[in-house]
Amino acid sequence: MVEGGKIEFWRWPEATWVNPDIDWKKGKYITAGVDIGSVSSQSVIMVDNELYAYSNTRTGSDSPESARKAMNLALEPAGITVDNIDYCIGTGYGRVNVPMAQQTITEIACHARGANYMYGPEVKTVMDMGGQDCKAIRIDDRGKVIKFMMNDKCAAGTGRGMEVFADLIGVPVWEIGERSYQIDKEPAMISSTCVVFAKSEVVGLLQAGTPENDIMAAYCSAMAHRIVELLNRLGIEEKFAITGGIAKNIGVTRRLAQEMGTRTAELEWSDEKMRGKGLPFETQIAGATGAAIFAHAMLERGRVQSARKA
Amino acid sequence: MIVAGVDAGGKNVHIIIVKDGQTLAKTMAPSGINKAEAAEKLYAETLKQAGLKREDVERVVATGSSGERVEFASGVIPDAAADARGVNRILPSARTVIDVGAEEGRAIKISGAGKVLDFAINEKCAAGTGTFVDAMARALETPIEDLAALSLESTNAIPMNAQCAVFGESEVVSLIHQKTSKPDIARAVHDAIAGRVGSVARIVGLEDDIVMIGGVALNNGFVDSLRRELKLDITVPEDPDYIGALGAAAAAEAGVTEETVKATVVERDTVEEG
Amino acid sequence: MIANYGFNDGSGNWFLAIDTDKCDGCGACVTVCPAGALEVGDDEYDPFRDEPVAKVVDGERKKLKYTCAPCQPGYGEGPTPCVAACQPGAISHSEGWKLVYGKK
Repeated sequence: MVEGGKIEFWRWPEATWVNPDIDWKKGKYITAGVDIGSVSSQSVIMVDNELYAYSNTRTGSDSPESARKAMNLALEPAGITVDNIDYCIGTGYGRVNVPMAQQTITEIACHARGANYMYGPEVKTVMDMGGQDCKAIRIDDRGKVIKFMMNDKCAAGTGRGMEVFADLIGVPVWEIGERSYQIDKEPAMISSTCVVFAKSEVVGLLQAGTPENDIMAAYCSAMAHRIVELLNRLGIEEKFAITGGIAKNIGVTRRLAQEMGTRTAELEWSDEKMRGKGLPFETQIAGATGAAIFAHAMLERGRVQSARKA
Repeated sequence: MIVAGVDAGGKNVHIIIVKDGQTLAKTMAPSGINKAEAAEKLYAETLKQAGLKREDVERVVATGSSGERVEFASGVIPDAAADARGVNRILPSARTVIDVGAEEGRAIKISGAGKVLDFAINEKCAAGTGTFVDAMARALETPIEDLAALSLESTNAIPMNAQCAVFGESEVVSLIHQKTSKPDIARAVHDAIAGRVGSVARIVGLEDDIVMIGGVALNNGFVDSLRRELKLDITVPEDPDYIGALGAAAAAEAGVTEETVKATVVERDTVEEG
Repeated sequence: MIANYGFNDGSGNWFLAIDTDKCDGCGACVTVCPAGALEVGDDEYDPFRDEPVAKVVDGERKKLKYTCAPCQPGYGEGPTPCVAACQPGAISHSEGWKLVYGKK
């Protein structure tokens, strides 16, 4: 990711996709979800509750602009416009600033629905780590929230915690996972929870000549451990699935699965429907997907009117 | 009798050499990564400054988060105990101590004899410590001394949403982009940490006289914010960052090389020395 | 549905939990909270629920460690005012306050 000549070490690459098997003109309800996060934004378009198109882009300094950008990035290749959408729901940190949304719903509710769609009804526990938060959610087989615990106060155990580390050692986040396993022996984890104090610890290790890959392993291990602590406090019920940018970092997710022991983390897009259609693995769209599903449910239940103009 | 007190903190080491109640030398230096080494080096320098040899010092007591690593100390006492002794030495009427250092913030209820009656601590989170101010000063590209002065110029209170040093930095950056004045941002930073420190202080109760020590006490902007937060008068002694070391020296004088503190309130009248 | 408001960080776990299956939105807890940290409103986590629920005011969620401290959750003389006021027993606190500030 080179932006203005400076490499950004911590933003996952942007992406867009359109489902080649769906003709939106034949759909009854076209719904949309827009998730404006602190670091990245996604928009998802669904046709009668089937995933039709999505985009994953970086959030800029202006939330409404970011929403428009995310939306257009999904709409354009899909060949539809905002006016074709029956109902749109905004979610995420910047949800009140989504100009094309008719309603907002919290990200916890949306991630629950989204994870249920992406991973199937067997998933009962979801962990999502976004740019500035970490959520542990227990859900039922329809994706309804049963209980949740979220931290968005402390940078430790959030995307920001990984960003600070990536910047410090100068390694992009998409390389950290692999490299953290190119070691001889799993090192002791970084002992400070606080990112600021952990940074000093890392500096100490670097000064002592510890190999970079070992430091990555120590940091990922600490992050995985914090997540397991949060999940254990909430209580884990299998199956367990991960959403958000962190799902792409095997440095953390594999260690998480290992620490959870026999509780396996479903890291694949496990819904048969999805795999059969050869759908891509984009873990960051869970929130926007859930929002689009809620939009559909609102219309189906007659709780809202269609906002479609064309 | 000549004694020495060593406060091996997270960011700095403070050493004080005392003879019969008079300070012979006091020094400070960054603790760096190797705390034991930093303490040793500074001690050698302090002795030189005082014109003393190691043998001249009867006893050394250490304190601070790395107190255990001070190899030349005869004993180590907890920060709260050192703070209590140190503050009692300079202001016997003190009953509440607020000590904010680089990595920990604590509030201590003390007796007239300089014993710890109760304490509450902010630890393992940079937001309640001097590290928070350091991080915000860096984000503002302003030295801390200037940050303090700027804060006192502000007449506008802006609450900070972030409760974390890392998220706080982003919030400060966005305040800068929104063209908020530097004095107002500086004040917001100090108000934010004063809120957290004040909350911890209220847990032990605020009884006069209230004394503030530790490195962050040198920050006038913070002390001002804390006074406003608590709506009470706070005394900041001279060299507030040396009081922990002074307390350790006082323990050395009294022949105390270890001490336990409990966060249990006992009857003030029955508290005894030693 | 159990909503945990608050946070966890290096210093501990600071959560106030509200069981929305038990909460009937009566607002007794709102009245007794000395910090004004509670309110009654829409269930943010179930968009299809029409009955209001109690929740922690947004501005307090990230400071909850300090907000609830004066009431000594888990180690005070009795239950906190909100817990005492809640007839259906929908409110509870995590162990953070007891572990860090509880008298030893």
